[in-house]
Amino acid sequence: MWDWIKIAALGLITLCAALAANWARDLAYQVHALIIMAIAGGMFVWTVRTAGDEKGPAPTGYNDGVIRAGVIATSFWGIAGFLVGTFIAFQLAFPQLNFEFLQGYGNFGRLRPLHTSAVIFAFGGNALIMSSFYIVQRTSAARLWGGNLAWFVFWGYNLFIVLAATGYLMGATQSKEYAEPEWYVDIWLTIVWVAFLIVFLGTIFKRKEPHIYVANWFLLSFIVTVAMLHVVNNLSIPVSIFGSRSVQVFAGVQDAMTQWWYGHNAVGFFLTAGFLGMMYYFVPKQAGRPIFSYKLSIIHFWALIFLYIWAGPHHLHYTALPDWASTLGMVFSIILWMPSWGGMINGLMTLSGAWDKIRTDPIMRMMVISLGFYGMSTFEGPMMSIRAVNSLSHYTDWTIGHVHSGALGWNGMITFSALYFLTPRLWNRDRLHSLSLVNWHFWLATIGIVLYAASMWVTGIMEGLMWREVDAQGFLVNSFADTVAAKFPMYVVRGLGGVLYLSGALIMVYNLWMTAYGKQQPAQAAVPAE
Amino acid sequence: MNYHILREIADSWVLLGMFVFFVGTVFWAFRPGSRAAHSDAASLPFRHEDKPARDIIPTKTKRSEGQS
Repeated sequence: MWDWIKIAALGLITLCAALAANWARDLAYQVHALIIMAIAGGMFVWTVRTAGDEKGPAPTGYNDGVIRAGVIATSFWGIAGFLVGTFIAFQLAFPQLNFEFLQGYGNFGRLRPLHTSAVIFAFGGNALIMSSFYIVQRTSAARLWGGNLAWFVFWGYNLFIVLAATGYLMGATQSKEYAEPEWYVDIWLTIVWVAFLIVFLGTIFKRKEPHIYVANWFLLSFIVTVAMLHVVNNLSIPVSIFGSRSVQVFAGVQDAMTQWWYGHNAVGFFLTAGFLGMMYYFVPKQAGRPIFSYKLSIIHFWALIFLYIWAGPHHLHYTALPDWASTLGMVFSIILWMPSWGGMINGLMTLSGAWDKIRTDPIMRMMVISLGFYGMSTFEGPMMSIRAVNSLSHYTDWTIGHVHSGALGWNGMITFSALYFLTPRLWNRDRLHSLSLVNWHFWLATIGIVLYAASMWVTGIMEGLMWREVDAQGFLVNSFADTVAAKFPMYVVRGLGGVLYLSGALIMVYNLWMTAYGKQQPAQAAVPAE
Repeated sequence: MNYHILREIADSWVLLGMFVFFVGTVFWAFRPGSRAAHSDAASLPFRHEDKPARDIIPTKTKRSEGQS
């Protein structure tokens, strides 16, 4: 019966997509309608051919197939995102790379949202979905709830990414930073996200452990809050049902405030709470000892949840936003420093009594440096949110440097270590293909981040100082183009940092591939430590 | 129901409620006798690495459940 409903639904979707492609009012919408038509049509044929087939017995054990797919998707999108990022870094240094023949598709303005969405939502999002599915099963001692719904979440989320990314290249954007996808892509993500929430909650409900492990609290808060942020910030009315344009419901400063309430909580709940959920599982597992203080992790959780949601207005200092609101954002951002460092200390101190692992275990080293960057950027962020500091740092490359020390250092490194942790376990291997390649990755990535962050500090502060420099008569000394010219060397250094980070990630992908699909090397005989 | 009503509620009772809840969670975490529960929860990742709990329970109990 279910097969017949599926066939009818898929046929209907294919038909509607074909009609939408025919009546499309712009290129992006038309291409998207064709993509959906092809996918739904393919699934239609496949369902027709397999309808009524004997289904095997219900599988038992953990559902790891979808997590394996998540490992592959995370690695793939990571490389894609880093590659685009490195390319646009060089576009800023050498504008000739905005090729004439790619004008309107491959210039910086079109590629920049592609980069941010690819690394945050594609790389980071797939990493979060894959780790939530892994962690919630292991800590609930239960198979993922909902059968193939988990696969729907995986493929649905990746379809969202494909639609978003191709849309940017063809100009379908609502111009909200980190929320660029247009209305129909937003609706699709909402459906997928609700399915994600249901799978996660369903697994927690049927857990066999009385307690819900703290990593699941962080992951659940990430899922719930992102759903809320996404829906509110994307309240828009489409101009036409056959076009990709939409008009925001909020206007003016309300729209700006909603956008940065969303934007900063995307940092707070997507890139922080979600990844902290990964940290609270993978760090204790890799260290082989429980988290330093479970009490501290509870306080960390509640403090982070209660404080982060207020921090958004610090993005709108010296704007039309009332002063009290931006002061509120600033104060909460500074208070946030405490729970952030509490969490960092909690992660680092998990190693107490096993500090030698930093020397012997490159994966552990990656986790430690990731926590180090978490601590660094959660100190830098509150500092930059202070109005006086912000008057220097805002609109400069210092902000870009800050974001990247957090994203490359904290999110990237913890994701890499999670991938190194998961791959041997998911593909039933004794160990990784090569630990020395992990070491190479570690150093390439770390030096890459240092080059990136240091060059952006220099160029950002220089730029801020040049913008505010006035002569004795009160005239501005520098034109905007002067600052652009002065930034050139730092832009090249930043691009090189990106090249190092990308090379490290390529080494990781080779290493993971050889672990999963390469010939398994015989285990070496144990050698006593000298 | 307009902005000012919302603002007043947010300034008074909701603020107080959230603050009390937050302080309550801290005290709850440090309540006497929580150590055992916390150390049990902290060791959660080290159980059930390969199989869900149901598969570990011997099939005998399952069968007896079915008969009764």
